[in-house]
Amino acid sequence: MTQSTNNVLDHFNLFREPEYIDMFETKKKNFEFPHPADKVEEVRDWTKTWEYREKNFGREALTVNPAKACQPLGAVFVAVGFEGTMPFVHGSQGCVAYYRSHLSRHFKEPSSCVSSSMTEDAAVFGGLNNMIDGLANTYSMYKPKMIAVSTTCMAEVIGDDLNGFITNARNKGSVPEDFPVPYAHTPAFVGSHITGYDNALRGILSNFWEGKERTANGKINFIGGFDGYTVGNLREVKRMFDMMGVEYTILADNSEVFDTPADGEFRMYDGGTTLEDTAAALNAKATVSMQQYCTEKTLAYAAEKGQEVAAFNHPVGVAATDKFLMEVSRITGRAIPAELAKERGRLVDAIADSSAHIHGKKFAIYGDPDLCLGLAGFLMELGAEPVHVLSTNGGKEWEARMQELFESSPFGKGCHAYAGKDLWHMRSLLFTEPVDFLIGNTYGKYLERDTGTPLIRIGFPVFDRHHKHRYPVWGYQGGMNTLVTILDKIFDEMDRNTNIPAKSDYSFDIIR
Amino acid sequence: MADLRQIAFYGKGGIGKSTTSQNTLAALADLGQKILIVGCDPKADSTRLILHAKAQDTILSLAADAGSVEDLELEDVMKVGYKGIRCVESGGPEPGVGCAGRGVITSINFLEEEGAYDDMDYVSYDVLGDVVCGGFAMPIRENKAQEIYIVMSGEMMAMYAANNISKGILKYANSGGVRLGGLVCNERQTDKELELAESLASKLNTKLIHFVPRDNVVQHAELRRMTVLEYAPDSKQADEYRQLATKIHANAGNGTIPTPITMDELEDLLMEHGIMKRVDESIVGKTAAELAAEAAMAA
Repeated sequence: MTQSTNNVLDHFNLFREPEYIDMFETKKKNFEFPHPADKVEEVRDWTKTWEYREKNFGREALTVNPAKACQPLGAVFVAVGFEGTMPFVHGSQGCVAYYRSHLSRHFKEPSSCVSSSMTEDAAVFGGLNNMIDGLANTYSMYKPKMIAVSTTCMAEVIGDDLNGFITNARNKGSVPEDFPVPYAHTPAFVGSHITGYDNALRGILSNFWEGKERTANGKINFIGGFDGYTVGNLREVKRMFDMMGVEYTILADNSEVFDTPADGEFRMYDGGTTLEDTAAALNAKATVSMQQYCTEKTLAYAAEKGQEVAAFNHPVGVAATDKFLMEVSRITGRAIPAELAKERGRLVDAIADSSAHIHGKKFAIYGDPDLCLGLAGFLMELGAEPVHVLSTNGGKEWEARMQELFESSPFGKGCHAYAGKDLWHMRSLLFTEPVDFLIGNTYGKYLERDTGTPLIRIGFPVFDRHHKHRYPVWGYQGGMNTLVTILDKIFDEMDRNTNIPAKSDYSFDIIR
Repeated sequence: MADLRQIAFYGKGGIGKSTTSQNTLAALADLGQKILIVGCDPKADSTRLILHAKAQDTILSLAADAGSVEDLELEDVMKVGYKGIRCVESGGPEPGVGCAGRGVITSINFLEEEGAYDDMDYVSYDVLGDVVCGGFAMPIRENKAQEIYIVMSGEMMAMYAANNISKGILKYANSGGVRLGGLVCNERQTDKELELAESLASKLNTKLIHFVPRDNVVQHAELRRMTVLEYAPDSKQADEYRQLATKIHANAGNGTIPTPITMDELEDLLMEHGIMKRVDESIVGKTAAELAAEAAMAA
């Protein structure tokens, strides 16, 4: 035995011991009947060609590694952004386990969410009883201030009617008469997590706003959208708004619940937009969304209620932050303070300091439609070229917007947007038209391994690097963080490519 | 925009729902109403008389061709027929696969999001058979149909279906605004049909809104893929549909919460009217030979 209690080998080393290596080889030879190694190599090489790329882009009925998640994930993400709110997903348990683990793995925080645990009988007879019992249990066990309901595929296919079910559950006494139970139908087979974000937020707002008289005041509502950097970003936005003296309400503020301190007290709920503020948000002068494609229906709803609305596309960098702050300043009449202008100057200075290393570098980006727009804009601002920009949950309209953005800068020349494509498409792009760096979430590490394109982790989810969500990517400070993240990889690569003694180390410099 | 009136026709398959609804809606169009028909039957035959078409391209078949329902435009799926009546068919999968109920949900959501209901006076849903799953109940959910009209006849199974549909409406009536508008009896010339239909209506806490007599002119019109209103506007039958249309038009807000009855009560109803004889429990499950032997013993 290779293992001994005196020296326990972990998985990194254990399976490299000769017994294991022998065992794997024997297993492969005698039981797996693999194709000959040269054939495997031949096919692998073929998948790197233009010929294969064309077949790959001709795919109609198959998706391989889509860069998106499903609606209820977005709904859960929204729900925990409200004070004392328990997300309740009407459907099967396994789905809910997925949302919880997905969020936990990214934020490294517990993620509370309940399911109505529908099983086969509920699929046949409808999930009304699951709703009645589920709401009653959730209310009595977890003592929430609000329960926000969304749905999984199962409940949607059989056509469970949330409005009717919740009313019936209320009539049966599952929750008190005046207890808020907003809801949104979030079929996972339609749209993506950003659609679910939108539906759930609109559902919650309409729960508080419907039938109320609006008396406009001078405050603004701010919506972050589905964002892996929500902890750092929302705190940064608050800091900037406070500096400007803007009166604001952050809607779906989940920056606390995804970053609870280890001080001996477990917080199932923490922070969040108060229900009082949510109701009062109807009276705001305007609603500002940081991510247009996460809030299309929500903003339309706010506009219908008489608010001014403004949408951005995950603004990163100098020009995008300028535009955001100037718009907020215009709406609120609050000036941008000198201190923020100073931060802007520091970012410009930092960009200038590093420009020589980033200028002309080619990038591939994939992610949610807003993030892609924001990052591509920033890269062009840095003088880099966003050659391939791919968004599985982006549509035709997004593709046209990207094209418009490319055309606005000389660095966008020859750049292309790919709407509705997946990471297997991206693999072909990276082989046939190589770039210097790939920007994407953790799943990009397979592309990095396959194609040798260094991965810069920006997006959601990031499971294999810790604490990135604590650092904002919005505001001038966020632009600085993003710049540093990109530069770190550039310099690491530079060192890696120049570190062979007496061969390439003539450029293995101390100063970069 | 005037208040949008949403109604739905339900009933057992083959009872003449689509015929009755299209004729009635044609009569409503004659009265100047702007109407949208939403066919919720995978057979997609809810609009053929209005459009003079065999079968309209359905939302779901077009969505399947285009890749997804998000790729469709309203004008792709909506056809305009007799007197400007707008028609859409939800469609659905082939028998034996998929989920037709989900298709109804998808289609109705699509129509609402695309603004198909804007500027309409009436939206009418034509829904297949029984209320069998959540999808087919979509039109009776909150903010959809305000009144449901059940097309039935004096046949046992049609009455059974009418009662079942009432159960479906009752499920949603307490939590939402949906009401039973009334029964429409499509004459099959069964015994004491009118009497039975009226009796069932009162048991269900509703009314028989109209008794549509049987007339071959309906078939003649159907062969020409036309409503009677269009084919023979001066016929007596056209007048019947006009009456039904006028009654439905005047029935806004007069719907009731139904009181469905049990199977036993339904059988009792048939017996009261002498349609069915009480079953002699002592003979149930006995073969002819056994009964003959019993008769011989008694003799």
